[in-house]
Amino acid sequence: MDFVLPLLILAIPLGMFLFLGLLGMKMSPKLAGVLGTLGLGTVLVLAYITAFTYYFSGDPAFINAEGVRQQLIVFNVDWLAFTQNLVIRLGFLLDPISAMMLIVITTVSFMVHLYSLGYMHGEKGFQRYYAFLSLFSFSMLGLVVATNIFQMYIFWELVGASSYLLIGFYYTKPSAVSASKKAFIVTRFADLGFLIGILILSFYTDTFNFIDMTSNPGGVLASTGGATFMGASVLTWALVLIFIGGMGKSAMMPLHIWLPDAMEGPTPVSALIHAATMVVAGVYLVARMFPVYLVEPHALEFVLIVGAITALYAAAVACTQVDIKRVLAFSTISQIAFMMVALGVARPDIHEALGYMASMFHLFTHAMFKALLFMCAGALIHAVHSNDFTAMGGLRKYMPITHITFLVGCLAISGIPPFSGFFSKDEILVAVYEYSTFWGIWMTLVAGVTAFYMFRIYYRIFWWNEPHYHHRPHDCDWTMSFPLIFLAAVSIVAGFIPFGKFVTWQGHEYIIHMNWGIAGISVAVACIGIFFAWHVYRKESDLPDKMADSVHWLWEAAYHRFYWDELYLFVTHKIIFNGICRPIAWFDRHVVDGTMNGMAYVTQKASYAIRGLQSGKVQMYVWIYLIGVMLLGAITAICWM
Amino acid sequence: MNTVIWYIIPALIMFCCGVYGFITRKNMIAMLISLELMLNAVDINFVVFNRYLFPEQMEGMFFTLFAIAIAAAETALAIAIIINVYRSVKNVDVSGLTKMKF
Repeated sequence: MDFVLPLLILAIPLGMFLFLGLLGMKMSPKLAGVLGTLGLGTVLVLAYITAFTYYFSGDPAFINAEGVRQQLIVFNVDWLAFTQNLVIRLGFLLDPISAMMLIVITTVSFMVHLYSLGYMHGEKGFQRYYAFLSLFSFSMLGLVVATNIFQMYIFWELVGASSYLLIGFYYTKPSAVSASKKAFIVTRFADLGFLIGILILSFYTDTFNFIDMTSNPGGVLASTGGATFMGASVLTWALVLIFIGGMGKSAMMPLHIWLPDAMEGPTPVSALIHAATMVVAGVYLVARMFPVYLVEPHALEFVLIVGAITALYAAAVACTQVDIKRVLAFSTISQIAFMMVALGVARPDIHEALGYMASMFHLFTHAMFKALLFMCAGALIHAVHSNDFTAMGGLRKYMPITHITFLVGCLAISGIPPFSGFFSKDEILVAVYEYSTFWGIWMTLVAGVTAFYMFRIYYRIFWWNEPHYHHRPHDCDWTMSFPLIFLAAVSIVAGFIPFGKFVTWQGHEYIIHMNWGIAGISVAVACIGIFFAWHVYRKESDLPDKMADSVHWLWEAAYHRFYWDELYLFVTHKIIFNGICRPIAWFDRHVVDGTMNGMAYVTQKASYAIRGLQSGKVQMYVWIYLIGVMLLGAITAICWM
Repeated sequence: MNTVIWYIIPALIMFCCGVYGFITRKNMIAMLISLELMLNAVDINFVVFNRYLFPEQMEGMFFTLFAIAIAAAETALAIAIIINVYRSVKNVDVSGLTKMKF
């Protein structure tokens, strides 16, 4: 494949970032927005051409005679050479999952660019916003096409930085500032684990390249030479540490606390970064390293357990929140956990690692319908000027487009056929049931709760009783409505994509068979959830309060997100700040500084005491000098004798 | 050795005169002259020691030449300072110049 197209995919957003970032303030906001959107539109076209060439051209570089999709390095530039083997390169890797991610990222990013033209209209810093969006798109594209784990790490940090910039877009609002700091610090903390994992892995394998590692996972295991640390093999440690980096970005428990707060950013940003693309980077990372994870199943067990617990936890919390963006944030956490679980249960002997395919499938469909739901939430917030659904109700009459598209998104995420979420979630559940019935039932339960909390906000926003609106709410203009309609259409039809043809763990074609038993169970559970939500929230009543009272302590705990933030505050403030930092600060202030201050104090006092000697009379100095010299001479002479 | 002593004694007297003058005279120009006296006494010592103790070497001579050159420069500098002091306080009496204490 020619390298011009892939290079342009990365170069255009970067160039657009520099252009808008440096010259944005010189141009009108509208021009900057349109330029940014056009730039990303070009990238969208190029990425589609690249991906479709990869999937459909049948070129032997992409798919061999046996129908196995190949991994292709389009270009790979030496960037930093440590040793002969240990070279950090920047390149472009084209394989089934990176091609799929190109489509996902550019589609959602383009929709968000378009949507923001309307949503962010008249905001201060409109040009800056578009510059940051371009930076994010560049970083995310660079992340998914990384040829080696270090390139991924570089772009990993870049998406973290652009996420920080965009969450803190309203930098005059203290809550946005603290949310951006929280997001940055928590993910940075997780990235420390990632970095250590990379260092361990590259120390033993002497390579950063994904292909070198994934094509020969047995060699990776052998290269560690059976070294162990604290009872687990070094490879397990490396993989778990790398996964901790993924947990930070993908908001897995216990590093999830930043994502709900990240909703302080503009809503389109939440749709792009905190729902569709950046937060799935952790899933993508595990998928990218999957063959290596396979040789060390303990690490995959860890992925499974973290994912499963997070899924239930986030779903439970989502049931109680009143801020619609927070509900969607927790729903995102829960859905990403679904993908993690799918990866955790993927084994080559279970339907040729069906979980891997299901995870990527769900990543794809989830990106579409969650971006849709966030943009709907943005439209609602735009119309009602409040994030809380207590200020909404009965909106289906006023905002028909938003209503229908939101309903499509809810049906998709709940897993109702024929919407896309049904197919991907069904594949995940099949994979989980094949692995273990216990986790299967667990995840089915989570799916039911998902349906409940999504329809809870759906009914609460669009049905219920309408409050008094100051302005009549209405649908938004085409820049905001078109992305909704487009993504809703994708969410309806995406399930029919024969995903197994495109993305499997080794590139073999996999024919998806519906498992109607499991599909039936999951649809039934989802319908129960929807029915329950319909019963409680379709019109104004005291049922929600009664329901909350009947499980009062549980509801309270879930409303306070099971006190995770309080726990973090306790650990950081009470234990780390008070127990560790304060003594260190005391030591610094009194011992380290004290020594220096004491020396300065003694010098100062001594100088004051003897300053009378500095009389300013030159000849007095000479006298003293002369006497001193004579004394010294005399002493020397006496000693000499 | 005896010859050397006839050179050293005048040099010593010159040096002591210089020290005495430097301490007792209040006029800065006179102090400068005393300073030069001390320098020249030392120069004489250099030359004498070189000539009589190490006649095959030249270090003492060169050192003296060097010291003369430095002394010339230093005198110029000192005169410049004295002129500036005179400009600011209309006086060259060193006993009155006690502004530069602590």
